Amino acid sequence: MKDFVHLFTQLDQTTKTLKKVAALKQYFDEAEEKDKVWTIALLSHRRPKRSIRTNQLREWAAEAAGIPLWIFEDTYHVVGDLAETMSLVVSESSITDKSEIRDQKSEISLSSQDSRTRTRPLSSVEGSDSNPSKGLSYWIKYVKSIKELEDDEKKQKILDAWDQLDQTERFVFNKLITGGWRMGVSQKLMTRALAQHAGLDENQLAHRLMGDWDPETISFHKLVVEDHPEDRLSQPYPFYLAYPIEDEVEELGDPSDWLIERKWDGIRGQIIQREDQLYVWSRGEELLTEKFPEFEVFTDLLPKGTVLDGEITAFENDQPLPFNKLQTRIGRKTLSKKILENAPVALIAYDLLEFEGKDLRKSPMAERRSLLEKLIKDIDHPSLQLSESLEFKSWGEYRKVREASRAHHAEGLMLKRKDSEYKVGRKKGDWWKWKVDPLTIDAVMIYAMRGHGRRANLYTDYTFAVWKGDELVPFTKAYSGLTDAEIRKVDAFVKKNTVDRFGPVRSVKPELVFEIAFEGIERSSRHKSGISLRFPRMNRWRHDKSASEANTIDDLHGLLELYG
Amino acid sequence: MLEFNQNGIYCPKADVYIDPWKPVERALITHAHADHSRWGHQHYLAHHHSVPIIQHRLGNEINIEGIEYGEVRKIKGVSFSFHPAGHIIGSAQIRVEYKGEIWVVSGDYKLEDDGFSAPFESVPCHTFITECTFGLPVFKWKSPKLVFDEINDWWRKNQAEGKATILTGYSLGKGQRLLQGIDHSIGEVYTHGAIENTNQVIREMGIELKPSIYVDPDDKKKDYAGSLIIAPPSALGTSWQKKFRPFEVGIASGWMAMRGPRRRRAVDRGFVLSDHCDWEELNTAIKECGCERVITTHGYTSIFTQWLQEQGYDATIENTDFEGELGEVGEGSSD
Repeated sequence: MKDFVHLFTQLDQTTKTLKKVAALKQYFDEAEEKDKVWTIALLSHRRPKRSIRTNQLREWAAEAAGIPLWIFEDTYHVVGDLAETMSLVVSESSITDKSEIRDQKSEISLSSQDSRTRTRPLSSVEGSDSNPSKGLSYWIKYVKSIKELEDDEKKQKILDAWDQLDQTERFVFNKLITGGWRMGVSQKLMTRALAQHAGLDENQLAHRLMGDWDPETISFHKLVVEDHPEDRLSQPYPFYLAYPIEDEVEELGDPSDWLIERKWDGIRGQIIQREDQLYVWSRGEELLTEKFPEFEVFTDLLPKGTVLDGEITAFENDQPLPFNKLQTRIGRKTLSKKILENAPVALIAYDLLEFEGKDLRKSPMAERRSLLEKLIKDIDHPSLQLSESLEFKSWGEYRKVREASRAHHAEGLMLKRKDSEYKVGRKKGDWWKWKVDPLTIDAVMIYAMRGHGRRANLYTDYTFAVWKGDELVPFTKAYSGLTDAEIRKVDAFVKKNTVDRFGPVRSVKPELVFEIAFEGIERSSRHKSGISLRFPRMNRWRHDKSASEANTIDDLHGLLELYG
Repeated sequence: MLEFNQNGIYCPKADVYIDPWKPVERALITHAHADHSRWGHQHYLAHHHSVPIIQHRLGNEINIEGIEYGEVRKIKGVSFSFHPAGHIIGSAQIRVEYKGEIWVVSGDYKLEDDGFSAPFESVPCHTFITECTFGLPVFKWKSPKLVFDEINDWWRKNQAEGKATILTGYSLGKGQRLLQGIDHSIGEVYTHGAIENTNQVIREMGIELKPSIYVDPDDKKKDYAGSLIIAPPSALGTSWQKKFRPFEVGIASGWMAMRGPRRRRAVDRGFVLSDHCDWEELNTAIKECGCERVITTHGYTSIFTQWLQEQGYDATIENTDFEGELGEVGEGSSD
């Protein structure tokens, strides 16, 4: 695993894109084929499934470190990362102490094994980790093999692994077990480095890496180098993503050069019909075909070789429903009749990427659009809607339309240049999103918790409340929107003004007021306050307001009446 | 025998304070860091190595007296003595004895001998007042030798790439420890003014430090490629830094043991090197002084105190204005 850990360390040590790409390329140049495939998988959100409950891991780590579980838990809240905490507590304080820790560990495992004979640590059988055969794929297989074992065998395997690895290796290994894997490098950068390594075009490669492939069985050659479109029936196209508009819309020129639609609030997805097979993909490259039985009819209705891009939304009586309607069915394993009736879905289509087996992405938007319009008209099915094109003369009129977005359960407008190609990934220039201004409310911070990742050991996660008479009622949490300097100030405030502690949560003196911005507001029975917000974040710190000047629950209900 | 009030740690019998954070009449000072030796007292008593450093910080006009390690000073029947704390040059634990009862105020300390500060000596006592900046079981220091190997390797690599290397640590303590620990055969070693001034004070005491060259902000033509520059954390991100381009930046601090603070600072490298105790050292120090009672003053006090209670100590927390090592990652309030 040395080379992969080396890669991880290099990626972790720099914030510079060029360095990251260079480190990745060098890794791809040197790594074994199998390890390369797994690296691509990990960096494109295809991790192995979690094979152990984290509760067990916590217990074993505390035990191996010789500390009580509560101190492990409290420490974890400070460190803000479970894999890291485990890798540190079981750590050797110096090389010479390592033998002590070993002894301690074997004692623990002996006592917990009863009549079973203790399996010898792998290190003594197969040599140290410097053995090049123990690459990334070895450890992933190791992690996967644990899943089926009995608890005490699982524990033994984990302790053996910790015993063989140094701290950074342990951290990487723990990340593989716990699944929460972000290496500070996007799929886009990985693809760029891989393209350089393989001497391929980056966009073409991005397409090849999409969709359904199994890192366990696929070879590097088949995944990256070979190009057999017939093997790739299920494969979606890389999504073209828009940036938020930066300047005034007037600078985009004549509105008639632009195709302007509502920005729908659902799940961005592609529906693919190839060779009479139907595939539904989300933007996160999740295959969602089973989740939307409504779309089954398209197997027959769509011609072979069709790929639609659009927004999957709950939809009824010719209009989309709020996002939380869709949410009621996303997480479900089985979809009962009742759920399907309660939240029927449709694809609001806005692009046609492939038609009659031909890749249309290089054709102008307007051309793709007119083909799309015709196709939808021909099919005429309630589960396939056209994203209406809004036609007005001036940007001023569009401004007004945009302001009314919430009434249509939309997030704003999408602006697409009529002659634009369908590009790969997030690109500036031809497509822009023009979101409606968020709703805001002034709220008092009442609880704080430490953050995770780069915000570890700082109080960054806050709960906010509004007034109900003399009482402060919590209604939302928010984690983002403050600068690092502001976070440090709030962190210092929390430490100095703690009223009470409940585990990792501190209640603080109700003093700081923040403007909370959010995209939508809904009634919710799952929340104590009876409401739920969409994308709440801190818009600004209201230094000019005292707690008593914050908004009230009635103000929130007012927003609910208007926009809910 | 000692109590905590709004001014600091107070001995009512002798009417003196130890490391007070508000101006008082008589102050006994454990060490010369700003959160322990503050401005405004009528009279200061500190180890004689701390004296010139405190004067350098607070001005020559302050009324300050030096004392040797082990020397006993009786004040109104209470015996005070200073003992090496191993934290920085001149740092001391202050032992307080009255009618056979002994308290020790340890200030900041570490057990590891850094080869420069007088090494920590365990002082038997009934009540031990301790910090716990790194009082969590994730903090386990590697041997400094290994850390300096990492630093030297990194410096060599930067040098090979034609870059300057900037390494940060406190002006007093870490700055000198870095200067003494790195391999001077690799290249030239420069220091930021704040560190060079402290070096000057130390050299004037007749203590030898390895050579360091002051970074002259007016010398615009100097080529720093391949050199190492030791700077305080506050110099990062300022225009001072520009003249070293191209450069890599590293921070040496105990906080670098955690990935969160390391990533937050967005520097090229973090080296785990602290002038405070790690988890094991804290536990060892408490065990070895044979105390029954422990008072924790700063750091992860609530967790560490509960841990000590479970180990059978009578342990409590007192809130103070001490800061530990947070300034080294730009997160202390006074940095």
